[in-house]
Amino acid sequence: MGIFSFFSKDKKENLDKGLEKSRDGIFSKIAKAIAGKSKIDDEFLDELEDILIASDVGVETTLKIIKRIEARVAIDKFVSTSELNKLLKDEIVKLLNENTIEVKNTFEDLKGFKPYVIMVVGVNGVGKTTTIGKLANQFMKNGKTVVIGAADTFRAAAVDQLKVWSERSGATFVSHGMNTDPASVAFDAVKKAIEIGADVVLIDTAGRLHNKINLMTELSKIKRVMSKSIETAPHEVMLVIDGSTGQNAFEQAKQFTAATELTSLAVTKLDGTAKGGVVIGISDQLKIPVKYIGVGEKVEDLQVFNREAFVESLLGL
Amino acid sequence: MFDNLNSKLDRAFKVLKGQGRITEINVAETVKEIRRALLDADVNYKIAKEFTDKVKIEALGQNVLTSVSPGQLMVKIVQDELTTLMGGQARDINLKGNPTVILMSGLQGSGKTTFSGKLAKLLKEKRGKNPLLVACDIYRPAAIDQLKILGEQIGIKVYAEPENKDAVKIALNALKEAKLNGVHDVVIIDTAGRLAVDEQMMDEIAKIKAAVNPNEILFVVDSMTGQDAVNTAKAFNERLNFDGVILTKLDGDTRGGAAISIMSVVQKPIKYVGTGEKLDAIDVFYPDRMASRILGMGDIVSLVEKAQENFDKDEASRLAKKISKNEFNFDDFLTQLGQIKKMGNIKDLMGMIPGVGKAIKDIDIDENSFKGIEAIITSMTPQERQNPDSFTGSRRLRVAKGSGTSIQEVNDLIKQFEEMRKMMKTMNKFQGMGRSLKNMPMFK
Repeated sequence: MGIFSFFSKDKKENLDKGLEKSRDGIFSKIAKAIAGKSKIDDEFLDELEDILIASDVGVETTLKIIKRIEARVAIDKFVSTSELNKLLKDEIVKLLNENTIEVKNTFEDLKGFKPYVIMVVGVNGVGKTTTIGKLANQFMKNGKTVVIGAADTFRAAAVDQLKVWSERSGATFVSHGMNTDPASVAFDAVKKAIEIGADVVLIDTAGRLHNKINLMTELSKIKRVMSKSIETAPHEVMLVIDGSTGQNAFEQAKQFTAATELTSLAVTKLDGTAKGGVVIGISDQLKIPVKYIGVGEKVEDLQVFNREAFVESLLGL
Repeated sequence: MFDNLNSKLDRAFKVLKGQGRITEINVAETVKEIRRALLDADVNYKIAKEFTDKVKIEALGQNVLTSVSPGQLMVKIVQDELTTLMGGQARDINLKGNPTVILMSGLQGSGKTTFSGKLAKLLKEKRGKNPLLVACDIYRPAAIDQLKILGEQIGIKVYAEPENKDAVKIALNALKEAKLNGVHDVVIIDTAGRLAVDEQMMDEIAKIKAAVNPNEILFVVDSMTGQDAVNTAKAFNERLNFDGVILTKLDGDTRGGAAISIMSVVQKPIKYVGTGEKLDAIDVFYPDRMASRILGMGDIVSLVEKAQENFDKDEASRLAKKISKNEFNFDDFLTQLGQIKKMGNIKDLMGMIPGVGKAIKDIDIDENSFKGIEAIITSMTPQERQNPDSFTGSRRLRVAKGSGTSIQEVNDLIKQFEEMRKMMKTMNKFQGMGRSLKNMPMFK
């Protein structure tokens, strides 16, 4: 399925490359921790705790993973390096699978909805506009027509930035300019999509810190307004999280869910040195699935999140 | 700001509270709690470990038996250590050189462009400088426009070459122009966001540095950054040997661990913090205040300074006189509202009051709640404003209609105003209040 057939050979390489730093970290540390040991001891578990914490997994989820491994080891007793790697991967993937259903194909979601409306939210500077630009490109390349609604009417030049992306992708652009009512932009974008029979609507919103209740209320309103023309819209509310964010990401997910009932996450900037472990914690604790990850500047570097491949890359398996 | 760490440490100290003294055993428990609190606040795990080890040694070294409360003792130790970790004293940016050249650096989305605008505004308004902003982010769509719009908003010139694809040359040309026309004494160079692992981009900024020889290189970092803050700061520091750190988005909740991590790893001071979306939401970083804040002791000093900065002194003394004569009227009330609004976000202000931060964490304070009040007062005639006792029923109805509010709201406001005046009368009797504050421990 074109661009969305994730993790074909070169795709995997890309992801591997992006996650190289984190893999090296975890892999070499685990190897060091168990070198010369015939079984898992407390020292190893302490080491593992440090590794997970250093990857932003968070104390709570880390303890959960360790407990699971302890339980497994209690049964299996003797565990070698390779077995341990597999065990670790198993447990993390299992943790992800227990709470949310994996998104296999983003085009499946579109079925039965025309247009399919995606509202994109998040704190400042996480990469919302860029993510929308890349998504628009991917959808258009796969023969879907896209309408982009520039409802970030606050940040200087946000509308211009998105306009460049819509021109690059060929998507229809709906904007009322800067400092206008974002809800009415969203409403008109949906209306426009119905008019021209578009497949997908992408609504950009202004970055806002999740503790600013007035701004969160505004977000709820933007969401509400869209359901006036299509009752089921928005079909998806996606929270974009910066991959280098620490434990605050939990609070972000919590507050944005309270305001807009999130349905998916996109984690960006995972091509840096950030470990992206926050993904595991959020999926586990908030039961919102990760749908996309961003591992580079190029359009195709926004990839559908594949749990198995992600955890493998993370652990260097 | 550090609400989460606050409450976490609170809990850690509670463990100690019931104990008579610090022992090897009960300090171990507290130390573990502190460590976890630091990890939850995104302090780098290695630094958290070092920190708690240090605290433990300190605590055990103290003559705990003479201490009144082991909890208080621990608070002091933790606070001192945190302050030391974050760099001790506040430090200013270097404004030497003619023009002073300031180079911004950082990851994507950390807030470089917004901060460049804030810094330019601050230097213009509080230091009497005439900054030139330079747009060197030639990659992100509309990044140049963003800086131009900010420049317009704050009345500062922006140097840009939209067609030029060479950031080094743009920086050089901007500097040349500043030197040539001699109008600008500060040049602030905004650059594209880049990952520390992106060799090509890191080369670019290193070249900009070599070309313009900045007096001050600032590393801008999102305060919500997790464990990776240490790696990124280290990598940027190795390439640029930056002079200071800017911590942005501090008006959010929980985080702050990045502040502790970065400073202890690269040994560079945090010079400014960004505290909001408005272009005057910038503040100097005070490690000692931040440490107090982390420990839930509030930040009264910042609050007082903010008040002093924004309150017109003459206006304040005029008001004080009126209050003491019990002549406070609606006009004065309106002026006062304006002054409070100038101070910034009300919730931020209240958060600085010791003990209040936690209490209002989940409460929303409507920034627009003054609007209704202002509408009502401005719908009154000048005579009515000066004589708050003159309100008849028909006058109230007219004011309600004029301000688009209900008669109930007008009644409420007038009633509140009367109560306020009554309170002011009482307050006049307590002139010595200021002195008693000085006896509180945090002012010593």
